[in-house]
Amino acid sequence: MTLGLLRSEWTKIRSVQSTVWSIAAFVIVAIGFSSLVAVVINNTWNSPGNHPNHVKLLTDPTAVLFGPGLGLGQFAICVLGVIVISSEYSTGAIRASLLAVPHRIPMLAAKATVWGLLDLVVSAITVFVVFFITTTILHSHVPISLSGPGVARAVVGGILYLTVLGLFALAVGGLIRHTAGAIFTVLAVVLLLPILIGLIPGTIANHVHGYLPTVAGELVTQTSQQSGDVLSGWQGFGVFCAWTAVLLAACGWLLVKRDA
Amino acid sequence: MVEATGIDVHDLTKRFGDKIAVDHLTFSVTPGRVTGFLGPNGAGKSTTMRLILGLDRPQSGTATIGGRAYAQISKPLETVGALLEARSVHTGRSARNHLLYLAQTQGLPARRVDEVLDLVGLRAVARKRAGGFSLGMSQRLGIAVAMLGDPRVLLLDEPANGLDPEGIRWIRTLMQGLASEGRTVLVSSHLMSEMALTADHLIVIGRGKLIADSSTQEFIQRSSEHSVLVRTPDGDRLSELIAGAGGTVKPEEARNGSEPPADEGVASLVVTGLQAPRIGELAASSSVVLYELTPQQASLEEAFMELTADSVEYGRQETP
Repeated sequence: MTLGLLRSEWTKIRSVQSTVWSIAAFVIVAIGFSSLVAVVINNTWNSPGNHPNHVKLLTDPTAVLFGPGLGLGQFAICVLGVIVISSEYSTGAIRASLLAVPHRIPMLAAKATVWGLLDLVVSAITVFVVFFITTTILHSHVPISLSGPGVARAVVGGILYLTVLGLFALAVGGLIRHTAGAIFTVLAVVLLLPILIGLIPGTIANHVHGYLPTVAGELVTQTSQQSGDVLSGWQGFGVFCAWTAVLLAACGWLLVKRDA
Repeated sequence: MVEATGIDVHDLTKRFGDKIAVDHLTFSVTPGRVTGFLGPNGAGKSTTMRLILGLDRPQSGTATIGGRAYAQISKPLETVGALLEARSVHTGRSARNHLLYLAQTQGLPARRVDEVLDLVGLRAVARKRAGGFSLGMSQRLGIAVAMLGDPRVLLLDEPANGLDPEGIRWIRTLMQGLASEGRTVLVSSHLMSEMALTADHLIVIGRGKLIADSSTQEFIQRSSEHSVLVRTPDGDRLSELIAGAGGTVKPEEARNGSEPPADEGVASLVVTGLQAPRIGELAASSSVVLYELTPQQASLEEAFMELTADSVEYGRQETP
């Protein structure tokens, strides 16, 4: 992987509209939705009844702050992660790309690096903005700062989770090569699979659930261990990274193996 | 002057499922001339080119450029330029950015992008989305991609597709110019007439097998059935003489819906197996009057149709 290949992948990613729209959707949804929820909590703080968000804010504040916006906004990251590679197949640009880089793996490595870095930067800015806005809104009721127990890790964890999620989607996109099919698969793994397996009772199902890519990956965005969590935060993130690494390796192997 | 580099295809075979696309194909493409790669649709031309370019993996055999497999060439765009049949541009990306990202993979300067845009005449629309390009403009962009690295070897799959007559003349002149500089130019087409004007050498395939590998001139001569049209008032007598000398006589069939002349008492005969001078001598020796004695030669189009009509039956022909 050379500097030229990294520059090439950067040219590719910045020169299509889908990148701009997906990132805009992510940033707007993440900041907007998290802020909205924080405003609603703030306005209903003194209403009667013990609001469940109050308890949650004290035990795991980042879940309340990040949950709504990043939980929804992450789908834009999934979509862009898929499109970054699947659009090359759907438009045929992959043939031009592979003629220029016939070894293929360096292209995938450069693509993953450039997309991963872009995802990291966008996620870092967004997560910090969300954190700053939501904590400011709720400051009078619950003072939450980065120095609070587990908060800094959860903020960093949120950024890392979104970065690895982008690479996970990229790997699925490269394996399936068909945009709609790959987006459906990623959403099924992120959204449907945890719900379906969560419905199965028993400890085996509970462990399977706990090791699902994003279920494990999200643990690092919590400030503290919750009851029923199979893994610790960093363990869960490690499991998520392992899933992503395996899929990326499979993606690379098939990229070399298959006709373009 | 560019360094000489040829293309060598040896015993190349590619199957898609149980369908054989390229069947033990062997040929060489030499520098300094335009080599036409001919065959009917589905003959395996595009697949062969994709195999040479390392996009598809063959089941067996090798394809090398300058003795190396495509994947072994460092900075391949500076050695080999390719125009593929199918579109290979992101529809949402501008022509300039498409060329720019390819240039960056090879470490080529952005200046080179503008040069090839000028070469193909796309400078004015360089920042427009390639998805909005006409077929002709897409072909020009594809040629710009092929020329990006100033390569010694060019593989162009149906480059004239979608081009207007002026564009076709432009690409023909370009290819001949590149070949005259000592580059290797392999250009596929199913249009015989275009190849007759462009190619110096022809490689003809059908159903994935090699049918002919010869100069364009030889190809036309060898594959067209040489016959002589004879018109005489004494058809029976001449037919006997020709048969006696080892020739074959057939009455002239209506060709292309025109003719044959319906003159009373004049026989129109198509003679094969004897040359026109020999027929003239035979007629003179027996005082048979001839009204017409015309050697017939099939066009390249006819020669091609004849050769590829049943490619399996014709099998493989080698240039002596």
